[in-house]
Amino acid sequence: MSGALPAVQDYSQLAHDLLGRAKQRGATEADVMVMDGRNLSVQVRLSAVDRLTKAREKRLGLRVFFGKRSASTSTSDFSHSSLDQLVADTCSLAQAVVEDPVSGLPAKEALGQDRPDLDLYDATEIGTDEHITLAKRAEAAALGADPRVSNSEGADFNSSDGHVLLANSHGFVGDYRSSSFSMSVSPVATDPSTGGMQRDSWYAIQRAYARLDSPESVGSEAARRTLRRLGARKVSTCKAPVIFDQEMAGSLLGNLCGALSGYALYKGTSFLTGQMGHKIAPESVTVYDDGRMPRGFGSRPFDGEGLPTRKTPVIERGVLKSYLLDTYSGKKLGLASTGNASRSVGESPSAGPTNFYLVPGAVPPADIIRSVTRGLYVTELIGFGINMVTGDYSRGAAGFWIENGELAYPVEEITIAGNLKRMFLDIDMVGSDLEFRGRIASPTIKIGEMTIAGN
Amino acid sequence: MPTQPNTELAHFGLTEQEVRHALGVVKVRDVDYADLYFESCLSESVSMEEGLVKRAVKSVSQGAGVRATAGEKTGFAYSDELTKRDLEIAANTARYIAQSPQGERPVPVTHRAKPTRDLYPAETPISEVATAERVDLLNLIDAEARRYDPRIKNVMASFNTEYKIVMVATTDGRMVGDVQPLSRLQVTCIAEENGNCQIGTFGGGGRMAFSYYHEQERYKHYAREAARQAILNLSAVDAPAGVMPVVLGGGWPGILLHEAIGHGLEADFNRRKTSAFSHLLGKQVASDACTIVDDGTLPFRRGSLNMDDEGTPTSRTVLIEKGILRGYITDTLNARLMGIPLTGNGRRESFQSIPLPRMTNTFMLAGESDPQDIIRSVKNGLYAVSFGGGQVDITNGKFVFSASEAYLIENGQITKPVKGATLIGSGPDVLTKVSMVGHDLKLDEGIGTCGKDGQSVPVGVGLPTIRIDEITVGGTNG
Repeated sequence: MSGALPAVQDYSQLAHDLLGRAKQRGATEADVMVMDGRNLSVQVRLSAVDRLTKAREKRLGLRVFFGKRSASTSTSDFSHSSLDQLVADTCSLAQAVVEDPVSGLPAKEALGQDRPDLDLYDATEIGTDEHITLAKRAEAAALGADPRVSNSEGADFNSSDGHVLLANSHGFVGDYRSSSFSMSVSPVATDPSTGGMQRDSWYAIQRAYARLDSPESVGSEAARRTLRRLGARKVSTCKAPVIFDQEMAGSLLGNLCGALSGYALYKGTSFLTGQMGHKIAPESVTVYDDGRMPRGFGSRPFDGEGLPTRKTPVIERGVLKSYLLDTYSGKKLGLASTGNASRSVGESPSAGPTNFYLVPGAVPPADIIRSVTRGLYVTELIGFGINMVTGDYSRGAAGFWIENGELAYPVEEITIAGNLKRMFLDIDMVGSDLEFRGRIASPTIKIGEMTIAGN
Repeated sequence: MPTQPNTELAHFGLTEQEVRHALGVVKVRDVDYADLYFESCLSESVSMEEGLVKRAVKSVSQGAGVRATAGEKTGFAYSDELTKRDLEIAANTARYIAQSPQGERPVPVTHRAKPTRDLYPAETPISEVATAERVDLLNLIDAEARRYDPRIKNVMASFNTEYKIVMVATTDGRMVGDVQPLSRLQVTCIAEENGNCQIGTFGGGGRMAFSYYHEQERYKHYAREAARQAILNLSAVDAPAGVMPVVLGGGWPGILLHEAIGHGLEADFNRRKTSAFSHLLGKQVASDACTIVDDGTLPFRRGSLNMDDEGTPTSRTVLIEKGILRGYITDTLNARLMGIPLTGNGRRESFQSIPLPRMTNTFMLAGESDPQDIIRSVKNGLYAVSFGGGQVDITNGKFVFSASEAYLIENGQITKPVKGATLIGSGPDVLTKVSMVGHDLKLDEGIGTCGKDGQSVPVGVGLPTIRIDEITVGGTNG
């Protein structure tokens, strides 16, 4: 990253001071989280720089407890007077809410002792001009792939790094650095016969710069994904098997995370309420949450409360083995935290995934497609038609119609509908193609039957 | 008169000279236009569940965004420190895109103005409402929702407020500020009967004073509506699948307009010719019963603003007039590059993001039909009155929006409630199938948030009852 922005700082002394000030005002427990980050982002469009963004930001969050009452605050102003005000505000806010019998920090003995190096930080500095060059190369690969690639919503290259520190009144202090390098390309293709346009995109993201795919491979994959959509049409309303590609299967896994969050479970807003120990998927389905995967996008040495992260079997051979819990939601359910406290600065913790993935099976994706006589291969889902309380699922979809084991033609303006509870039970093939491009990842999967609405 | 909030630079600890200097750094030879955006935002939230208001959150953020444009290029930087040096670093980054030598001549500010109108006056600023009053409001909601029906098992409610002070200084010599209050009260109920759990949500808000929620016992209405929806859904049957006539109720179903045409008419996509509407100006894109506007000037509305985030007064823009596509919504960059009118739709989530053309309040004007006649005109179809979110693919025009309260229409009569279902259609096509428009235009309750390029901004929608002759309904009952 280029020079003008100051490097991220060590805020442990600041956190220590704030905990002291909160205690002086009568807080029985408290924790402080500080985030400091830099980012540089370049967007090019049609080979010219479209947008260049550079920033440094920081934020501090304070949570205090007065017995069983608590409140959280945050600020980006680290001046002494502002932080004094913050402590005062937080303490008075905490006294305005009611007692919550299960609130509080985790037990002191449970807090993380080890600080494994998870290889989350790469200090490589990429200059502004190099950002521009990399983004231009990625876009050029897409524009040059085929004459039907007629336009572009642009390509971008981003680099960022950050530092997170958590400290609490039990004496826990932990911090880690992380970095991220990413690029994406969004070409537009025009169908020469109809004039109809399609857009798609592809991306790459890594903690370490050296591991990033080449701009050329990202650009040509973006072009391939866009071109294959040309000439898409609707299909007739029917019930048929539906194959979810890696990205879309990942979105289903994301829905699963939502249903497994301790908060959704104790509030009764999850379709998996009461399913612990039950079979919620076939034997071929095993799901892990692993907070310590090297270079993972969800990896961290300790969670948002300072508890050690770990690898948790969530579903083993189809049986639900664990929820995703922090201390609070765990207590509400009579269970211990699973080290899944996720936290944004200034909020109290919630429970969410670290690196959450479906263990790959043995079937290559092409064989999954070959297994379908007549069905849908989904490559895009849009909209928010998911009821997490009931599991009812209905989303806009685009992809390919499968005839006799082959992708026959692209389809669009259709919906797929079912119920998540039944969809997970109905997973009848798990692909061999697991790849991580985010904290949630899945191989290709096939669901036995869903309702497809079209003509 | 309400007390005048402080929109002076002093609020940000800056002098006019420092601002002029920063503008001077950024305004070099090749830069067409540059601006500084100062923002300070206080957000507060209290929430309740299980009958207890146990969560309170407050956050303060302050910073400046510096932007320079040269041709189609935009350089942007932001900082949460507001010292002269930080502004200079940001200005240097922003002008990097112009690749010309550093300028040092301060840019004079010739026109200092307060917004000429006040769309959201308040006796007491929303930021000065005591936490205890917020807590009391939520406690009343819990009681009201549970009173509605014993099958209501859990009630969750949250009250969020935001108090934003902004100031824009531009290289064309303007300096203008605004104070933008915003609040939202949201209620969610869970109903349970024989192991069948269902959810209902309702809420509202805008840029009004806190007393709004107590007037006409609105909070009770929100609580009862959330409870009613949850109870109703206990008896919902599977939604149909396939193409059928759909009647949309008034108000929030206006999300149809937001997704189907609103995004597609944002100027950036049309300048780049990546919108399904790029070549359709002056063409028929809706039935002649449809006139659709975007209006940021409605008092107290969630999507309204005295000025947009580039300091341009918001306005009422006719998007579609009797079915003909009339115009796009613009920010300064796209209006200049396209040579079309500036509509005051340049909006940004915060100082950390760049302005983009965005909607304000988007709605269809009332027609002539009686809403009851519209329902009676459908032999078999769907009547949808409440929706969750929606999304659109700008380029191919396909959009979705998901019904959360809908009923079957059988032989012209509303019959059974159905489970949620997503509706999918094509933007340039769907409004050509609107054959009846009711006389009952309603604006939504004030809960909408629109996402674009990772930026969220508050918006409003509105719709009279309308009949769409055919659209694909994505239920399970095919």
